[in-house]
Order: sequence, then C-alpha cells, then structure tokens
Amino acid sequence: MACEGEKTYDDTGACPVCHMDLLTTASLTPELSEIGHSESSIFNLTSQWHTEEGEKILLEELKGQTLVMVMIYTTCKAACPRLVADMRRIEELVAKEGSDDVRYVLISIDPETDNPERLKAFAIENSMNGPQWTFLQGTIHSVRELANVLAVKYKQISPMDFSHSNIISVFNAEGILVHQQEGLGVDNEVIVQQIIKTSST
Amino acid sequence: MKTTIRLACIALFALSFQAASQSNMVFIKGGSYTPLYGRDSMQVAIEDFYMDTYPVTNEAYVAFIQAYPEWKRSRVIKLFADGNYLRKWATDKTLGTEQSATAAITGISWFAANAYCECQGKRLPSIDEWEYVAMANESLPDARFTENYNAYILSWYEKPHTSNNDVGSTFKNYWGVYDLHGLVWEWTSDFNSVLISGESRKDVDNDANLFCGKAAIGANDLMNYAAFMRYAIRSSLKARYTMNNLGFRCVKNAND
Repeated sequence: MACEGEKTYDDTGACPVCHMDLLTTASLTPELSEIGHSESSIFNLTSQWHTEEGEKILLEELKGQTLVMVMIYTTCKAACPRLVADMRRIEELVAKEGSDDVRYVLISIDPETDNPERLKAFAIENSMNGPQWTFLQGTIHSVRELANVLAVKYKQISPMDFSHSNIISVFNAEGILVHQQEGLGVDNEVIVQQIIKTSST
Repeated sequence: MKTTIRLACIALFALSFQAASQSNMVFIKGGSYTPLYGRDSMQVAIEDFYMDTYPVTNEAYVAFIQAYPEWKRSRVIKLFADGNYLRKWATDKTLGTEQSATAAITGISWFAANAYCECQGKRLPSIDEWEYVAMANESLPDARFTENYNAYILSWYEKPHTSNNDVGSTFKNYWGVYDLHGLVWEWTSDFNSVLISGESRKDVDNDANLFCGKAAIGANDLMNYAAFMRYAIRSSLKARYTMNNLGFRCVKNAND
C-alpha cells in the first residue's frame, strides 16, 4: 500500500491516512527463509525458465546483479513496443552512468507462443541481444505466479492479444523489490537513479 | 518453492491428506457463457472439469499444514503471505476457540491456496470457471436473469460473520456444488487478470478501461451488481494478501 511512502511513526496504531495497521519496522527487516534467501526475495520462486538461448535456469541464478524486470509478449502491437523502448532507454541511461552490473529481464506472458527461438528473434530485432539482456519463457503457471509477485495484472483477450498492466520492477542483488515504475511514457529519470543507486550498494 | 512442494507431494502421495481430499468433487459439463467483462461481449468457452463440492475447510487445512509444515503460520515466508495469515488460529497447528473445524478456511493467501490445490493434484479454478458454476441456482445452470438470484447474493453481502458458518450450510446448486454464495469469497487462479483497478486506468492498453464509469457501462449485465462486487474484490487483492472472509476450493481437469 502506498500509504505515505517511506514515512514512519514513533507510536503504534493505525496509519492516519489509510487506517491500516502500522507494522514495526523491525519486522520489515529481511529474515532468511529456509533455502537461504531473504523472505521477500523473488529467488524463493523455484520454477524453471527457458532463456532466449534455450538454456534452463532458475531465478536464483540471476542473483548478484541488480535486476530490471518487465512482462511483455512478442506479438503485442500496442503497449509492448513502448515498454520495450522504455527498457532500452533505461539501459542506455544507466550504462552511460557507468553502472554495468545490471541485468534486464523480459518475461513473456504468452509462454505458449514465445519459445526461445521467438524470444531470440525478438531480441535481435529490437537490438537487445547483448549479455545484459535476458528473455524468459515459463509456463502458464509459473508466469502467473511471477506476475503475482510483481503485481502485474494480465488477461488473455484472444489467442493473439493480452491486456496487461505496464510495470517495470527493479530488484536488488538479493532479489528484493526496491522500485516499480508504472505506466507508459513516464519520465525514466527516477527509475534510472534507483537502478544506479541499487547497483552501487 | 513450487518444485520443492511438487517433490514433497509425490513423496507424500499415499498420505491420508491427499486420499481423503480426492473425494467430494462434482463433474461440471463445459459450455460457453458471457462473462461480466470481455471485449465484444465475447463468449467464453469452458472445458469440462471437476469442482470441489465444498470450500476447503479449517480441518482440511490443519491436515495440510501437518503434511506441509512450510505453510505453518510461523514458517510461511513474507513473499507468500502477509502478516495476517491464519491470524485467528490459536497456535501454529490448532484453530482458535471461536473457529469451527468444518467452516471454510480463511486468512490464507493465493500462494497458500495454490500450493494446497497443487499438493492434491488439483488447481485453483479460473475466474471464468468459478463464475460459470456460480451463475447457477438450485435448478438452473444460468440463473442470472431470475429475480431471486441476485437478491440472494446481495442479502449475503449484508450479513456479517458468515465466514464461520459450516460448509454446506447454503444451497446446493444445479451442479451439486455448495456455498459459492453465502459463506466466503474465494480465490481464483487468475484473480489478478481483472483490469478495472485504479492502476489500470493509467497503464492498460485498452481505452475501455480508462475510466471507472466506462468499465461499468462496458459490463455485459448491468443488473449483475453482485458479480460486479466479486470482480471489484478480486481486482483489489494481491497474491500475498489474506482476508477473514476469503477462502478457496480446488478444481481439476476432466481429462486428468
């Protein structure tokens, strides 16, 4: 809940704005789950994915770098090209600042169509074929699970068409969500600064 | 987590938890229906499937937790459930004194409900599957046009504390399924596919969703205010949220 952003209170009780219970900040500090990740880390998801290179990977293999994630599908004609353009623009700006320990991950919400070959072709077509770009194909189940973690809403409207929300998420090297940018055509400056900050700590 | 759970499910296949819960499903003959939302009033095709007769109960969930302790209140990780997960329980393994063993389990997240169904070789129903079965009354598969149908649901919305009533205490519908209306809200596999939230007003590539009012006018059945409420609740949820009046039931494909 974006109640009052980062604001904290000294007393216990409810938030004066949204009336939700306040949590002690100590309880928000990361605790390790049994497989050794922070409890809030996306690396707790153990589903298997295929990359555009046809390799099988787990999300935890992406550990150690700042991750910038977005959900798209390659046959999309409306919002995705703009989302992809946003990703490319963000990558350029971050690279210009000298931050190179960042990985950009594009996850297909249409795993039945977007196989590794299609994702690879899409990567080449969109000049996103460098080592910093990773495309992932999951299953209907694993994509739904990841979307739930990212709070991305989507629905298949017809065999070729999905409606979806446009959210770019930034994760730190431990897989904890640190920032989300919502919407199209927003000023990328905030997310770029966040990525630079995250990758330099 | 999923792989681990799947492996655990196989190892524990013979346990009574799974055996006991395989019963009590009814066959749902597929067909097509017009959902509340859908571009061009699109008819949605539903395949044949089986649905649990009742929502999953508190006692069934206690058995689940014994078999899969990673879903205990003290062990569930924050990625998968918020701080109110099973908050009414007395301890990690026992229900609160106020809670009926045969009432529907509530206070569970989508991740927990999803894992529960998966561990039985089942899955959560899609919104379309759930709505398809839920449009029935006692005698008709689609009772949405009848006068009493919406009135019944709306009167439930006005009743407080129905979530601790025992499963089976509402009516048996056309398909032989109980309690779709009258006890608790239920999780669906794709609850987050509904694009009528505030967020969608600015993000989604569908102009019809740009305004709340437009979404309402776009709804196929203006009389179906009750369904509107369900869609609104679903769109307000996140997968790790838990609610005192939100439970679930499982389904499985007819050909499995």
